[in-house]
Amino acid sequence: MTTRHDCRTAFADTLAALASENIRVVAVVNDSVGSSNLKQFRAQFPDRLINVGIAEQNMVGVASGLANAGLLPFVCGASCFLTGRALEQVKADLAYSERDVKLCGMSSGMAYGELGPTHHSIEDVAWTRAIAGMTVIVPADPKETAQAVRLAATTPGPVFIRVSRLPVPDVHDDGYRFGVGRAVELRPGSDVTVIANGVLVHHALEAADRLGRDGISAAVVNMATVRPIDRDAVVRAAERGPIVTVEEHTVFGGLGSAVAEVVVDTRPVRMKMLGVPGVFAPTGSAEFLLEHFGLTAPGIAAAVRALLS
Amino acid sequence: MLSARREPDAAIAAHARNIRRASLRMAHAARLGHPGGDLSCADILATLYFHVLQVDPCAPAHPDRDRFILSKGHASAALYAALAEAGFFPATALDGFMKPLSPLNGHPNRTKVPGVEANTGPLGHGLPIAVGTALGARLQGAAWRTFVLTGDGELQEGSNWEAAMSASQFRLDRLTVIVDRNGLQQGARTEETVALEPLAERWRSFGFAVVEVDGHDVGALIDVFSRLPVESQRPTCVIARTTKGRGVSFIQDRVDWHHRIPTAEELADALAELEDRA
Repeated sequence: MTTRHDCRTAFADTLAALASENIRVVAVVNDSVGSSNLKQFRAQFPDRLINVGIAEQNMVGVASGLANAGLLPFVCGASCFLTGRALEQVKADLAYSERDVKLCGMSSGMAYGELGPTHHSIEDVAWTRAIAGMTVIVPADPKETAQAVRLAATTPGPVFIRVSRLPVPDVHDDGYRFGVGRAVELRPGSDVTVIANGVLVHHALEAADRLGRDGISAAVVNMATVRPIDRDAVVRAAERGPIVTVEEHTVFGGLGSAVAEVVVDTRPVRMKMLGVPGVFAPTGSAEFLLEHFGLTAPGIAAAVRALLS
Repeated sequence: MLSARREPDAAIAAHARNIRRASLRMAHAARLGHPGGDLSCADILATLYFHVLQVDPCAPAHPDRDRFILSKGHASAALYAALAEAGFFPATALDGFMKPLSPLNGHPNRTKVPGVEANTGPLGHGLPIAVGTALGARLQGAAWRTFVLTGDGELQEGSNWEAAMSASQFRLDRLTVIVDRNGLQQGARTEETVALEPLAERWRSFGFAVVEVDGHDVGALIDVFSRLPVESQRPTCVIARTTKGRGVSFIQDRVDWHHRIPTAEELADALAELEDRA
């Protein structure tokens, strides 16, 4: 069994490193010091950890003001509340105002499992992606999370990064270099392309293994940046054949939609979008829910077979 | 080194009249706008830009400038008029108000208009942003101050009270909230809609030092702003008692003038009432 990691560790280590290097970096939280794994950051930089309490609208507004004052805020809070509760502030105070504020949506997707749909964040990519000027990143493992956090600091404007609490194996090797807006092909293939991101990338890789044993050659692309999407990577996939997208998100407006927007505009091919099919999840652990919605290796492999048949 | 203009009361009152006249002309020309709210805050804006704010119109992004955030972004015409009056851009630019592709949108855009600090318009956004700027100044040991002007109706937005709690928690005594307390919101009086009183007590209970002042008395406004912070370790709330549409007899204190547009005849009458009486 491969070792699995909580991406919040890489996130917190990187944020602390950034804060050491750059005096302008501050963290802004909504009473989420523990859940954002920022206790160490607070110990190291007590003045630069701003806790506004349980008040997400204020949190994002304050971050916009901090940026006006010349600081570089990283806003860290449970993704469901950060995006849902403060969406108008994200739109007006950050994106429309062109503020360099970075949003770290913790425990995104269905990581909160049994806590239910109120705490699931399966609309965050659609919501943030719909706003002009946003960069939206869904990292797959600790290496990519760390690099996304680091690159966010130098990417102009607001950046939304999902930071999962679901333990994931490393899907990238040590030499991996993440680039904003650049997809990476993790597995070559010739029959079909699985485009995944976030905590489902390793499931997509495992699905490709299973398909390989059946003689189906499936490429796997990690599309960590949903906006701006890597159009060239999508076109290359479409030239190869059908596309299956896999996301821990509603199929309305997320990765699948972003890929489809490019496909219909360039080289139409058959697609299947895997994700949460527009319903509120039933009770269950995160792992259970991923299986329930067919987002683990067996479900992904079955969807690929169905698409090819 | 930035400094405030410290102009005399009479000069500031003249600037306020110019702001009122320009706002009404802009609304008339654009056939759009919020004249009532523009006129309501003209004296406050004039006092800020011509006596209080340490800003440089030639260096609008100077890092040490005082920050002024217009939370009631629908009073954009008054803000643009004040900025032009203060020299941030030529007054001729006001002719573009709300015209196609003009930088002067119906609500202010900081990336398009020199001197604008925040893209406001949705209500209840200015105070949280102001808390952030004030906190940012303190974190960096900077001396500049933050002022935010809110409408009164907009205090029905809960985000203001989130921000108010954090402002007092952080002891932001370089933050001043000015409430344009004209008593009217879009459709009716605030007290008939969702009552704000006892407003001073509410701000006090949220940890603010509260001062009430006639928001059209330039001398009184100057006096209040010269005493900041009113209490050390506390943010200040200035409740500026105002009249919506102030300065024009047939506009003032009339709810329908929230976004009614003056006809050519009404504009002429209004401008006549606003003639320089000095």
